Amino acid sequence: MKNSLAAKLMRDNRSLDIVLVLLGTTILWELAVRIFHAPAIILPPPSAIWAAFMHSPWVFIRNMLYTLMTTGIAFAISVVLGVIMAVGIVQSKFLERTLYTLLIAINSVPKVALAPLFVIWLGTGASSQLAVAVMLAIFPIVINTVLGLRSVDPDMLNLAKATRASKFDIIYKIRVPNALPSLFSGMKVGISFALVGAIVGEFVAGGRGLGFLVLTAQGQFDTTRVFVSLVLLGIMGTILFYAVDVAERIALPWHSSQRQPNA
Amino acid sequence: MNMMASPVTDAYLRINGAGKTYPSKHGPVVALSDVNLDVRPGEFLSVVGPSGCGKSTLLKCVAGLEGITSGNITVSGKPLMGPPDGMGVVFQRDVLLDWRTILDNVLLQAEFLGHPREQYRDRALQLLERFGLKGYENRHPWELSGGMRQRASICRALLCDPELLLMDEPFGALDAMTRDDLNVELARMWQETGKTVIFITHSISEAVFLADRVVMMSRGPGRIVDIFDVDLPRPRPLAIRETDAFGVYAQRIRHHFAELGVLHE
Repeated sequence: MKNSLAAKLMRDNRSLDIVLVLLGTTILWELAVRIFHAPAIILPPPSAIWAAFMHSPWVFIRNMLYTLMTTGIAFAISVVLGVIMAVGIVQSKFLERTLYTLLIAINSVPKVALAPLFVIWLGTGASSQLAVAVMLAIFPIVINTVLGLRSVDPDMLNLAKATRASKFDIIYKIRVPNALPSLFSGMKVGISFALVGAIVGEFVAGGRGLGFLVLTAQGQFDTTRVFVSLVLLGIMGTILFYAVDVAERIALPWHSSQRQPNA
Repeated sequence: MNMMASPVTDAYLRINGAGKTYPSKHGPVVALSDVNLDVRPGEFLSVVGPSGCGKSTLLKCVAGLEGITSGNITVSGKPLMGPPDGMGVVFQRDVLLDWRTILDNVLLQAEFLGHPREQYRDRALQLLERFGLKGYENRHPWELSGGMRQRASICRALLCDPELLLMDEPFGALDAMTRDDLNVELARMWQETGKTVIFITHSISEAVFLADRVVMMSRGPGRIVDIFDVDLPRPRPLAIRETDAFGVYAQRIRHHFAELGVLHE
């Protein structure tokens, strides 16, 4: 009885779990640093990280918003461009054999390594950062969407053919809605990659943003400020991921992963 | 009852020496060989045979989804070029769209055929009611059982009042009870509307229970080995399957299966 209640609580309160685990870790962290007298340059305690943030909160928030903007714009570009490319690849044998082949080939290169190239091509600044973020985010979106567009039940297509459905109807009434769950799983990976790309972009072509803050703080061996940026990045990444997740739940109530078991 | 029943003079659908060969890695495969079949208007025709006998291929050819490589098929005297007018199809999988309600799934047929949806709304609701789906119009497919989903897919096929209904093992994935239920409902629908139905199945009793005529197919290559009339009164109760007359027809099919080595007597 008690066990099943505990199990129910754990199922229903996943977010509560996360909060409790983070809280517990923070307390352990604080205690460990104090007990073992770890030097702040190696591992600052959470209290010092909080103090560093409160010392100049607007510097961090301003830079966080900048990174958020880069991530958001890069993500939006990736989704629009990615979906257009995916539809093109599925509709055209030529694009499938050229563009898709090229994308798959490039995808196997560790793309972060290409970031310095963009600095050479586009210089330092926002356009390089955007380019790096788009380059990372667009791949999972294109590839997932292509798979989703293709994975239509052949009998559904037979039915459409037998009733002389137009090409337009087949794309917009069958293929596209059928691909939405795949698009969303691509977008969940894509939003995280866009954030990674924005940070890498700030590392190599920075000037502003949390990635740039991490880099400058590291240069000054100010480990505490590095941690402030990392914590903010973690919070941002989590919120962005769940934003896509919530959007999926709203847009695709029919999708199997959110289905309620039939009573 | 000789092997090829008497020629049909008023055939709605005429299949003349139809053959289909397709290439494969191991050389050409003959899926259909010299298939001759006349389907009368308003007839319920069951096509039964073991897997790999080309019965589904034959149906796809009649539906205009695949071409034949020899012979010809005519519908109402006109050679078949692509999917014919006035046809509804039902597959083994219901292929309902998960993101559409049941009503919208049924109306998809009108949308695909290029008819205005609103004109067919009332008819869709009537069909759903007749197939016991009243109250489920605004549910989604994943909220329904397999049998209810297949009922909805039959409603979809019937929406635009087709002359010809093609069914490819539509109840093959359902449990026995649901299957019986749907057999009775389909027979009732057919009696009320007089549509021409070609019904593919590998179930012997289903084939006999539903049909005016049974076509028995064999494999390697896919061909027709027997055609016979089922002379049982209608409407047929499920219990007719326990009668001797029914048993004779079932035995005739079973005998063919045994000859093919599919069933052992």
